[in-house]
Amino acid sequence: MGGMAAPQVAPVETPDTEEVPVSDRPWVTIVWDDPVNLMTYVTWVFQKLFGYSREKAERLMLDVHHKGKAVVSTGARERMEHDAAQLHAYGLWATVERS
Amino acid sequence: MSMFRRRGDHYVATFAVDEVRVLRKVAAEVVGLLTDGFDHGDPVVGRLFPDVYPDDDAGTAEFRRYTEGDLKTGKIDQAGAILAALPDGDSGGEVRLDAEAAEAWLRALNDARLAMGVRLEIKDGTDLGEELDDAVAEDPGSSRVFQLSVYAYLGYLQESLLNALID
Repeated sequence: MGGMAAPQVAPVETPDTEEVPVSDRPWVTIVWDDPVNLMTYVTWVFQKLFGYSREKAERLMLDVHHKGKAVVSTGARERMEHDAAQLHAYGLWATVERS
Repeated sequence: MSMFRRRGDHYVATFAVDEVRVLRKVAAEVVGLLTDGFDHGDPVVGRLFPDVYPDDDAGTAEFRRYTEGDLKTGKIDQAGAILAALPDGDSGGEVRLDAEAAEAWLRALNDARLAMGVRLEIKDGTDLGEELDDAVAEDPGSSRVFQLSVYAYLGYLQESLLNALID
């Protein structure tokens, strides 16, 4: 940024995630890579279950494929368990954890 | 091999008698796995009903207590959708699915492939063609040759139905 010289101030320490109380952190649903599910099928399931666009669903599918897993939804624990159960119904390997 | 095509609001494929037999067999095997043969120690059941909290057995058990019944019923119903749509008797014929039945078939074909994939020890990067060549070289009449062929066939069929649905 330009402008007049400002007095030197020590950088403000930004709280990192460690300082957010555990109980306030949201939960996430994670889908893991597996060698059987077809890539087109996984994309279709993400669109179908979460209403994601084709682009977003494909990006998530590729994350699962290349990185081994991807966070597919975030929110309250009950909601994540609901998502995981739905994913299991479609044969995807889903787990829930605190983010 | 048959594949699904969209015709109006429906998804249609014509199956030879051998294909009908194979589909009936794999759907019945999935139903068997989920009913009489249901055992959490079976790795196939472990794959179809994954631990939702891998590091929390109590949490996983609690989740199972209120989701597993519905999940199991859903999987039995979708395997039943395959059986219900196949031609009667020991013959080939046309299968005609509406959108709802097509989705049930997709999920059921996926369950059958997951079950077979565990039994056949399919891994990331497994080359099905190579596996099949090796199995044929060892014993062309082996059960593994048959199972690998069925696994490949189900993948092809699932993909054709998915493509017809997305189209």
